[in-house]
Parts: sequence; C-alpha cells; structure tokens
Amino acid sequence: MSEVAILNPTTSRGVNTNTTPVAPLLDADRKPLTKKEVSADHPTWCPGCGDFAVLALYFKLIERRKLHHEKITTVAGIGCSSRFPYFVQAHGAHYIHGRALPFASGVSLSRPDLQVCVFGGDGDAFSIGGNHFTHTARKNVRLTYVVMDNSVYGLTKNQTSPTSPIGFKSKTDIWGSKDRPINPIKQAISAGATFVARTTATNPNHVLAMMEAAMDHDGFSFIQCLSECVEFYPGAFDAATPRKGGVFNEIPKEHDVTDEYASYKLADTEWPGLFGVFYKTQRATKNANEQSIIDDLQGKSAGLEPWQILKKNFDRMK
Amino acid sequence: MSTAASPQSSPKISKISEAVIRIAGNSQDGIQAIGGFLARLAGRSEQEVMTFMTIPSTISGGPSIFQVRIGSGEVLSAGDEADMLLAFYDHSYKAHLSSLKPGGIVIYDSDHMKAEDISVENLTKYRHVGVPISSLTVEAIGGTGRDKGKNVFSLGLLAKMFDLNVTKLTRLLTERFTGKDPKVAETALNAFNAGYNYQLATAPELFQFNPGENVGLSQVVMSGNEALAYGLIAAGVRFGAGYPITPWTDIMELLRRELPKYGGSFQQCEDEIASISMAIGASWGGRVAVTGSSGPGISLKTEALGWAVMAEMPLIVVDVQRGGPSTGMPTSIEQSDLNIACFGGHGDSPRVVIGTSSVEDCFYTAIEAVNIARKYSTPVVILTDQGIATRIEAFKEPDLQKIVQDISPDLTPVTDHKPYDLSAPDGITRHLAPGTRIASGKYPVVTGLEHDELGHPTGSSKLHVQMVAKRRNKLKKLASELPVPVVYGAAEGQILLVSWGSSQGPVQEAVKLARAAGHAVSAVHIKYVHPLPPGLENIFAGFRHVFVVELNDEGFAGIGQMGALIRTYIPDAKIRGITKTDGLTWKVKDIVDRALQMAK
Repeated sequence: MSEVAILNPTTSRGVNTNTTPVAPLLDADRKPLTKKEVSADHPTWCPGCGDFAVLALYFKLIERRKLHHEKITTVAGIGCSSRFPYFVQAHGAHYIHGRALPFASGVSLSRPDLQVCVFGGDGDAFSIGGNHFTHTARKNVRLTYVVMDNSVYGLTKNQTSPTSPIGFKSKTDIWGSKDRPINPIKQAISAGATFVARTTATNPNHVLAMMEAAMDHDGFSFIQCLSECVEFYPGAFDAATPRKGGVFNEIPKEHDVTDEYASYKLADTEWPGLFGVFYKTQRATKNANEQSIIDDLQGKSAGLEPWQILKKNFDRMK
Repeated sequence: MSTAASPQSSPKISKISEAVIRIAGNSQDGIQAIGGFLARLAGRSEQEVMTFMTIPSTISGGPSIFQVRIGSGEVLSAGDEADMLLAFYDHSYKAHLSSLKPGGIVIYDSDHMKAEDISVENLTKYRHVGVPISSLTVEAIGGTGRDKGKNVFSLGLLAKMFDLNVTKLTRLLTERFTGKDPKVAETALNAFNAGYNYQLATAPELFQFNPGENVGLSQVVMSGNEALAYGLIAAGVRFGAGYPITPWTDIMELLRRELPKYGGSFQQCEDEIASISMAIGASWGGRVAVTGSSGPGISLKTEALGWAVMAEMPLIVVDVQRGGPSTGMPTSIEQSDLNIACFGGHGDSPRVVIGTSSVEDCFYTAIEAVNIARKYSTPVVILTDQGIATRIEAFKEPDLQKIVQDISPDLTPVTDHKPYDLSAPDGITRHLAPGTRIASGKYPVVTGLEHDELGHPTGSSKLHVQMVAKRRNKLKKLASELPVPVVYGAAEGQILLVSWGSSQGPVQEAVKLARAAGHAVSAVHIKYVHPLPPGLENIFAGFRHVFVVELNDEGFAGIGQMGALIRTYIPDAKIRGITKTDGLTWKVKDIVDRALQMAK
C-alpha cells in the first residue's frame, strides 16, 4: 500500500456540517455575561446542597472577569459535584471518574488560549484520581481545580470518602470509619501544587475571593471548598459556620505563603482548620516549559513548512 | 539463494538475486546495528529488504538475533531459512544452525569455538568458515574482545562475502558516527576495513547480487514504529500522550522528540489512563491526538476509550501488539489484541480498527486512521505488532509535499450547533472545538452519559435507542465506503488464505510457493479490520476453503480472533483458522503445509 485511500475531510469540521459561519465579534462590543446567559441545565443537586453556592460564585466570577462563553472550558469527572459542566452555558466536558485532571491537562497544554476550570468531589480527586492529583500538581499544569469536599460519597448514597473523619458512620463503615482521612491541603503542598487555598461554601465572598486568586495564578491552582451534603452528612462543617455556632478562622495575615513548611504546618490546625491561601509560589508551568522546547526547536527550522521538516528526517533515512 | 555459477576460480563468485543472512549473538553485541547498515545499504542500492529481529526483554545479556533478507526482486517476508549464519558464540551457533538451509554457509568466531568441536554431521550438512572475529577486532582497533567493534568488523566480512558497495557502506558508517568524537568514526572504519580485507581464502563461495529492480527509485529505510510515528506527523497530529511500555515506547520517544519542531508536544504521563485521557482532552481541544500502548496498557485504557466512543470523539490509539495475556511475552510477536481492539470495554461501543501489514503500510495507515477519526468523529485503533514495530524495510519515498496534511482546528463562529444532531444528513456527529463562539448562546457538552443532541444527559430510552443506532450506523456507513479487498492470485480456486496485519507478506509468499507447486491457492488481505469491508462474501464464494491465517490461539471454538470476527458476518463453516502462538513470525512453508493438510 503506497497511497492514502481514505482522504482527509475537506474542512476541519468534516463534511455536511450543519453549522453556518457568522462574523466575528469584537471583544469591545461584547457585554459581560449575565447569570441567565451563563446558566444552562437546572442543577440536579438536593435542595440545600453546598454546591449551589459554588456554581453561583462561578457565574459571578465569569461575569466579573468578563469571560466570554467560548473561552470558558468547564471539565469534571464523576460525582454529584462533577455534574457541574451541565449547569454552565459554555463548552464543557463531563469525563470519566477520577480522570478529569489529565483530560483538562490535555486541553490546557494543546489550547493555551482557553481558561480551563475543573470541578469535582473528594472521591474523584483523592481516591480514584489520587495519582493524577499528585502529577498534575507537580507538573504545574496551568488550570484551576476546585474540589467540592463533602467528606462522603453522595451520588452512590453514603459511603466513606477519603476525607471522611475517623468515626464517620456510613453504609460501608457502619461502626464508624477507622481510616485516617487525607488532608487535601497537605496533600497538595507536598505534591508540588503552586497555589493551595481552602474555603467553605457557606462563606460566598471568601469563595469568590479564592476563585479570583486561583484564576490569576499562573500554574496549577487548587481550592478545597467545604461543601455540605445535606442528605448524607448534614452538619459536617457546622464547626466552620458562624451562623451554626462555628468559627470561620482565616489564615493569619503574617503567614508567609511562600514558606512551604509553615504552610504545611498550618494545614494541621485543629478542626475546623483555617481558611484562605495556604501556599503560593511561582514555578515555571508545564505549559511554559513545553512552549520553550517548541520555541527552541522551531527556531532551528524557521521558515520551513511541515512537509519540509519531515523531508529533512526522511533524507537522513535514505 | 538462486545461484548461477561463474567461471571457475577460488573461491568462486556466484550471481544471486536474494539472500537471507542471520546474525546471532548477544543483545549487547550491536548486531542490530549491522542489520541496520545492511538494510540501509540495500535501500540505497535499489534493492528490497526486510529484517526480523528478536531481543531479550531484559536490558543486558541474553541471546539476540537479527535476520536480514535482501533481494533484487519483491521481498515479502524475512525468509524461512537462512543462506548464511554469522555466529558470534558457541551458543549462537548451536541455537541457530538449524535455521540455515542445507549447504548454507556458517561463519563462526573461531576465538569462541574450536573447529575440532564441530560434528562431522554438521560439517557435511553446512559449509563452515572459521574467522577469529574477536581477536582480529582487537588487533584492528585495540580494547578487549568484549568491547564494541566486532559487529562492524563482521559487517566488513559480509561486505566482502557479498561484494557489497563499499563506498556506500563507508559513507553510511561515517554518517552514523558523525557528531560523535571523530575518533569513533575512524575506529569504526578501521574495524570495517579489517573485516573487509580479511583473506576469505577458506570461503567456499563469494556472491554478487543481481542489480535491483527498483532502479531510479528513491527509497527510505526505517522501522515500522518509525514509519507509524512519522505517518501521524504527516497526518497533522500535533499532540500525544503515553506511558512507556515495550514495544510501543519508541513511537512515543520519537513523537516527544519530533512534535515540538511542528509546534506540538507529546506528554509522558503518570499512567496509561492519564495518557489516553490527556489525548482525548487534546482531541476535544480541536485536533485529533494520539495515545498508544502495548498489552496490559491497552486493557487499562479501555474505560476511557469507551468514553470516546460515547462522546464520539476522534482519537488515535496505537496498539503495538505483543504476546499476552497480562505481562505475557513482551518481546514476542502475536496478533491476539484483535478482540480487545474491536470489543474491549463495557456496553455497545463500536469503534474502528485498522491493521498494519508492512513498514510502508504503517506510514499510510497512520494517515488514514487520522482521516477516518475526523471524518466519522470516532476513535480509531491502529493494530500493529512487535514484528513490524522493530523490523526495518526500504520503501518508496513518499511525496511529502503532497501528503502532509494540515488539520488545525477551525474556530470560526457559527450561528447554532448541535454536535449529536439526529437529523444530520450523513448521520455523523460534528464537534466544534472550545473557543468557537456559538451565536445562539447554546453551548454543547461532551459526556459519557447518554445524551441529547446538545450533549446534555438524558434518561430517555427513546434517545438511547436513537443514539446507540447513530453510533453504530455512522460506522456502517464507513464500512460501506471502504475499498473492496483485492484477491492476490486467481479469483477462484481451492483455497483462499485470509490475512490481516503482518500476516500479509508471508501469506502472499505462501500463495506464490503453493501456486508454483501447482495448487490453486489465492489470498485476500483485510486491512480494515473493524468494521469489515464490503465484498468478502463474494470473494469467499470463489473458493472451496477459506483459511484465516493469524498469530493467536484457536480458542474454544477452534478459530482465531479474526476468523471468529469474519464468521459473525459470514457464518460459513468453510471459514477456518490457521493459528499459532510460538511468538515468531510465520514461516511461509508452514502456512502452505497446514493449508494443504486442512484442505485434504
């Protein structure tokens, strides 16, 4: 066989496309999106679920940052919170359980023009997707990851999650969980995340502030957002909710966010812990590192068409 | 080796049209390098060439062979029996002498084997030439007998033996070692010259190749894995992700090295699941991406592959098959991944599978796979195997200016868009890359849940029925558009041999052999494995027996994986299997013998 029998479709969208091109709009002519414009399906969450607040604040973030529909990419894995992309009127992907981060990394690395936001739960992030969390953090892929942590498996109706505290009674630990839970903040810092923050859905202004800071960060930004499951773990975060008699303690102003060990230690503060940015540092992103390899190699073949670059290799194999 | 005697002299020089040379030693002796030089030389000398190698799965140590078949005419397989064996050790001699045809020549390293130890039986059956390869190499370039250099010395010997083009060979050697310390190139040339100038007075015969048929043809020489990787680049693929596993690894290494030149990148991931996920993410980003693996790695990828089927995402998955199941026989050849490639995963998940039959075919198959993935918005699995992955062939240089494709995403804004449009005239899903503005303000979602036309989840059984049919029918449409396979040999006869993947060459050679012996044997090759191409039933009707030749187990039903697949389309008991699982490529004679036996 020395020819291509199946030819390249004529356009990148293939044949018979049912779409009609329209003229581009100037960014200056576009208004910020309203909540109505940016919301899609009605959320499937139970009334009172903490995730509603996170969604509403994501809309607010989009409005405040004047992001347009097409530049927003919302990616999630599997879980209650992971249904997020259906509720956002933008290009979205609802991927398989635990693998939202590598999927989103593929988007971020191949499409640097897009704002990539990943949403998910504690099981998705720290149990089935634990390996990906570590490696996406250490590679410092440019994207924002918001984990809506309810410390229980909600979609499958009440099993122990990796962040369930010792003693938590679930259908898989009817006597109370005995396994030491993961501390997501410590996990993120030790994995090499360059932006690590903690917030709670009951404090909307704080959630928005953390999201804005995360979005401004050039690198892998991680937010643990406590988000109560009213169905299977009601009252889980009352200790951090002032109107339920708890305390919302922010990270002391004098904390040096670039001090890795101090941040790690701070993350061990007794329950309900502290809120705010624990750790933030600047390190070359995976995106930037790849771009510099590309720039180096492309510099050497400047002015050549792709077929000419390939021809050079083939000439060496004669 | 077909010979025609030349005027008597000592040693005599015979004209030949082809030769099979097997070089046997240990994995660190650099025998792959000699094979590579011979193959490249053949490519530059307008001859056909095919190689075959085995390597141990451990890093160092262990026996290793390289077999090269050079021909002035068409070469379809690496050859059943060798005309010449070059044995570096006693163990290489013992293990590979039986691969030599009676009367063949064995050159052995007399530093590692004594002439008096050779049995009379062997001396009468084969022609022996002892050369103190190790000590002569040390004499020529210094160092110890264990150091590198024996391989290049032996290349010199072979150059003399087969009257190879020394000018071209020395140029190849110089090119190969350029960039390193100039002394290295000098040493290599010294070793080569020592071998070439060695007095082969004891050689019973010297050879000369007839001129090649590919006169004036510019050929490139590379391995199947290289051809596949370059094919992906030519197709326009600019992103990939993978995890190291033999024998897939050199594809990822090559893409990692080359893609940045084109503005792309290849990512080494933490595991197989991450790598297919990253590739799918990049495909969603607007440009078909590639992942790949071998054996167990493919198993790990199947959940994500199912997502790509459900979301109808274009994607290329390369499966360089090896012996399985589990860790299996990592450096052996098998075609036992057909089932997982076609059916791996849960649910009804139709996808496209294409096989590769030669090094050249790897290049073009990669391009076709990308085009199918884009045209039908589907994952495509390329099934290649350990044999093709590592073997080196020369093939006609492709017209790259014509072939190289641009598949950059089109982000032109549109009025409205439904990716899973059930009323699309061709029934095929179209994705718009993120970054595309949709004026209606209704944006699509891609998902693994059953969905409506916009991609939003649905529990409607009506929609599930429609979407399942949609995913199936678009590939039935592809099947109807595939080229009808061409029969090799007569269109009617006693036996039809069916090949897929790397069985093509040996099966076609088996047809030649059988027809020369007066048997009515033909062959048909199936390149597009799943869905199957049209026209097979008509082709089969011309034959009394149909034997599907493949490197896998006959299974519970007594038929191989492709045989079983064909039987689901054409339930005819005359379709039977010729299978084997010894981890080696086909011997042409075995195929013929088994086919004739079964047809009795």
